[in-house]
Amino acid sequence: MRSLKVAKDLVAASATPMVLGILAEGESYGYAILRRISELSGGELDWTEGLLYPLLHRLERLGYVKSSWQSVTGERRRKYYRITDRGQAELAEQRRQWDTVVDTLKEIWLGPGERRPLTAIPLEDRA
Amino acid sequence: MTAWEGQEELEAQFAQWRHYVQRRRELQPADSDELEDHLRGSVDELVAAGLSADEAFLVAVKRMGSLDQLSREFAREHSERLWKQLVLTGGTEGATADPAARRELWVMVICAAGAAVSIKVPALFGLRFGEDGSFYGPNFALLALPWLAAFLAWRRRARPPVIETLVALFALGAVAANAYNLADTSQSVVLTSIHLPIALWLAVGLAYVGDDWRSSRLRMDFIRFSGEWSVYFVLIALGGGVLMAFTYGTFEAIGIDPEEFIIQWLLPCGMVAAIVVAGWLVEAKQSVVENIAPVLARLFTPLFTAVLLIFLVAIVPTGAGIDVEREALILFNLLLVVVLGLLLYSVSARDPLAPPGLFDKLQLALVVSALTIDLLVLVEITGRISGYGTTPNKAAALGENIILLVNLAWSAWLLLRFVRRRAPFAALERWQTDYLSVYAAWAWIVVLAFPPLFNYA
Repeated sequence: MRSLKVAKDLVAASATPMVLGILAEGESYGYAILRRISELSGGELDWTEGLLYPLLHRLERLGYVKSSWQSVTGERRRKYYRITDRGQAELAEQRRQWDTVVDTLKEIWLGPGERRPLTAIPLEDRA
Repeated sequence: MTAWEGQEELEAQFAQWRHYVQRRRELQPADSDELEDHLRGSVDELVAAGLSADEAFLVAVKRMGSLDQLSREFAREHSERLWKQLVLTGGTEGATADPAARRELWVMVICAAGAAVSIKVPALFGLRFGEDGSFYGPNFALLALPWLAAFLAWRRRARPPVIETLVALFALGAVAANAYNLADTSQSVVLTSIHLPIALWLAVGLAYVGDDWRSSRLRMDFIRFSGEWSVYFVLIALGGGVLMAFTYGTFEAIGIDPEEFIIQWLLPCGMVAAIVVAGWLVEAKQSVVENIAPVLARLFTPLFTAVLLIFLVAIVPTGAGIDVEREALILFNLLLVVVLGLLLYSVSARDPLAPPGLFDKLQLALVVSALTIDLLVLVEITGRISGYGTTPNKAAALGENIILLVNLAWSAWLLLRFVRRRAPFAALERWQTDYLSVYAAWAWIVVLAFPPLFNYA
């Protein structure tokens, strides 16, 4: 597969719902979130620490996540993040917006006249 | 290399990395902990994939990208960290709140409250602030400054001899302020009201420097402290003025006259408490904020030099016509004080080892022009002083003028030698710090000896 970089603006815009979505699955920490993003995107989304941690701190400041230090193996302490109710609400709102964007794009690119067989996913959705 | 040795080396690398991270102001300890955990996660995974410990470390650090980049990204989210904040009661990390800083805060609050109570004690005996000037004038500093001295002495764990000297000095001040029974209208009351605070401020200086009071370095620290203290006091006073204006306006609007409360309570208590609070602020923020007094001195030295030089040029065509009225000597005294202040605070911030530069020459010009002006004034005035007979005011003003003149004349000489690279800068510093004793001696002479010398006039 050709490695294509996702544009910076798009990465930045999608980062919040992605992080909130991962945290909605359960409490997690920075490194694990980064691994998960990389895994889910098949390595296409390569976030930097400079993107992730300030974002986590911002989400905490906005009250969408809560952090707590927990000790793991020996002396090591790790900062875990957990989604809050406000965060859940924000995630739902962001999902709604993203769904609108994605659906619209699908309509444009796969107009009724030219449904290509290789794109099976949108058709399922519509059914 | 055994696994254990590898581990050891890895820890050393982590320690070094932490050291680099902690130097970044944008990254706080909690952030570096979090990033370190991230780095360790990355290293663990790479080791599991078959890399050796130090290879894994190098790769993991490389992946994290440059610290510059990382700091920039953090700064975008935490821009407030680039502004140094004076944390009053410990940070957000709760448990890390420094207990020493907290204790200091409490001692300061106690001292400020003590000062506020002291200023109200005379009211029990029917004395009213703002009306009984002959009592509050000389005694004001006496009611406030011991609390600042006490705070500083506590903070520096002053030893008994210092404390005894302080008590003796303040007792002496109390005698000077009250033993002579000066009339409300006498010049001596005004002179004591001006000079006793100076004498007592230098006693505060003793509390500041402790038993090492001869040390030039510590005396210079006290000069720095005084400058910063003044700046903070003025700022607090401005805030207090706003508070009083609003208190007055809002209560007036609902038909309650707040004047009595403001004049008798808010103003005196606030003022003496501010004296202590300003002292505490200077101590607490010492290493947090850049000193502002030297910055002001740097800003105004060229401007004052320009004004004085133009004044000197303008005086020539008018034919030495300085109008030496009663206030003139005091005005020129104040001018010398300002010039001395500019010199002092430039000296206090200067690196003594730096070679002479343009600014030093500018300062020399400032001091020389001030001296020239003052000499012209003195020539005018000496003829007249015998004619009018001496009063306490005239004697004090003349004495001060001479003291300042001597200081500035010798400073000019030392500056000249420094600019010509004949003497080190430290000589000027030393001269200024030694001269503090002269101010103290003069202030005590004025408060103790002047009233009897001039028949309590």
